[in-house]
Amino acid sequence: MRDFLIHNSQDNVGVVARDVKPGETLAGETIDKRDGFRLTARQDIPLGHKIALKDFKVGDTVIKYGEDIGKVVAPIRAGEHVHIHNLKTKRW
Amino acid sequence: MEAPRIMGYRRENGRVGIRNHVVILPVDDISNAAAEGVGRIIQGTLALPHAYGRLQFGEDLELFFRTMIGFGSNPNVAAAVVIGIEPGWTDRIVQGIAKTGKPVAGFSIERSGDLKTIAEASRKAFEFVQWASELQRQECAMNELYVSVKCGESDTTTGLASCPTVGNVIDRLMALKGTASFGETSELTGGEHVVKAKAATPEVAEQFMKIYNQYNEFILQNKVDDLSESQPTKGNIRGGLTTIEEKAFGNIEKLGKRTKFVGCLKPAEAPAVSGLWFMDTSSAAAEALTLWAASGAVLHLFPTGQGNICGNPIMPVIKLSGNPLTCSTMREHIDLDVSGILTGELTFDQAGDKLLNLMVRTANGRLTANEALGHREFVMTKLYRSA
Repeated sequence: MRDFLIHNSQDNVGVVARDVKPGETLAGETIDKRDGFRLTARQDIPLGHKIALKDFKVGDTVIKYGEDIGKVVAPIRAGEHVHIHNLKTKRW
Repeated sequence: MEAPRIMGYRRENGRVGIRNHVVILPVDDISNAAAEGVGRIIQGTLALPHAYGRLQFGEDLELFFRTMIGFGSNPNVAAAVVIGIEPGWTDRIVQGIAKTGKPVAGFSIERSGDLKTIAEASRKAFEFVQWASELQRQECAMNELYVSVKCGESDTTTGLASCPTVGNVIDRLMALKGTASFGETSELTGGEHVVKAKAATPEVAEQFMKIYNQYNEFILQNKVDDLSESQPTKGNIRGGLTTIEEKAFGNIEKLGKRTKFVGCLKPAEAPAVSGLWFMDTSSAAAEALTLWAASGAVLHLFPTGQGNICGNPIMPVIKLSGNPLTCSTMREHIDLDVSGILTGELTFDQAGDKLLNLMVRTANGRLTANEALGHREFVMTKLYRSA
């Protein structure tokens, strides 16, 4: 069982495949290359939500599918929940 | 791969349908009561009430007629009874549907009243229903079916599992010279360059970008915030999607890996030849599905994450989901569970096989979840206010 999935090896966020708790060590893999990846969750993250694979500062770009999906608006540490409180669209 | 065989209804114009509806089409909102009256009296007919058809003009009126005529002309419809308040626009729709060669008749209410109209239209509907009920299914090929694709109440699992499953099937059907359509113009935002790169020719790419930019301009002119909770929807956000860009990349997975799209369609416009077509549609499910059914699509593939329950009155909608929570809590709405992709138990090819198998069974007559539950959303796209 994989705890989280990464669309593309260039991505800096993953998607958790189950509800995860702070302190849990998670096993993830990328869909395109099947590389293994280990990470400790720092927050509660519900099934399907994003987890940061690295630290981000305000203004950084979040990459998923190997593509730009928006800008960071609050600092994020690796293992934290990435969602509407810290990521915004660049388009609308 | 050889095209799977299905048992369908070959219509007068050669097109293949997989359902055999006799529809009662009201031309306008005020004729709904008469159409529904006929629908209650004559069993086996399907009345299609809607909210529009009065005082529309210009491009909005053209889209209205294309939608109404397209619905009656869809190969899933055996015959149509059209009821309007006055004979002019009623006959315009009757004549449009008649071009397919299928039985169609029109009735108007002014100078007769509802009761006399219902009586006369019911006699014709009675005749159509008995005739249609004797039509037999015959062997056809899967690639003769025009299929549309659109996701709804997406979450991150749609991009991971259900949308790429549809993409897998699109690649296979297009290799067999099938016909399909995708759309959701606004929901390609952030990924429009990826869609542009999937155009078969530079001309098609330019045409796509022109349509996309027009829709985006319209949003920029009318928006009062970043559209969060509208696009992405509140349900998308609950499911883990954060931005329109993220939603778009999941959506685009439906287009397959190898397939190029051959052209762009206006809303409700029928594809001229086989291949994958882009249609300019809203991303709202009922509106978009109505446009595809009006363009002649006979089967729809609908990936969902959080559980969009939308259907269509004449076009079966196959729902597939990769979200294990949705598949367990909303089981009656989901035709195919592909959550095994998340856990690594199912490959995209295996999921594609399962979806193709379900398409064959659905084409042969198996009712989809939306059909069994009576989800018959018929929602016309209105471009602007009436005069």
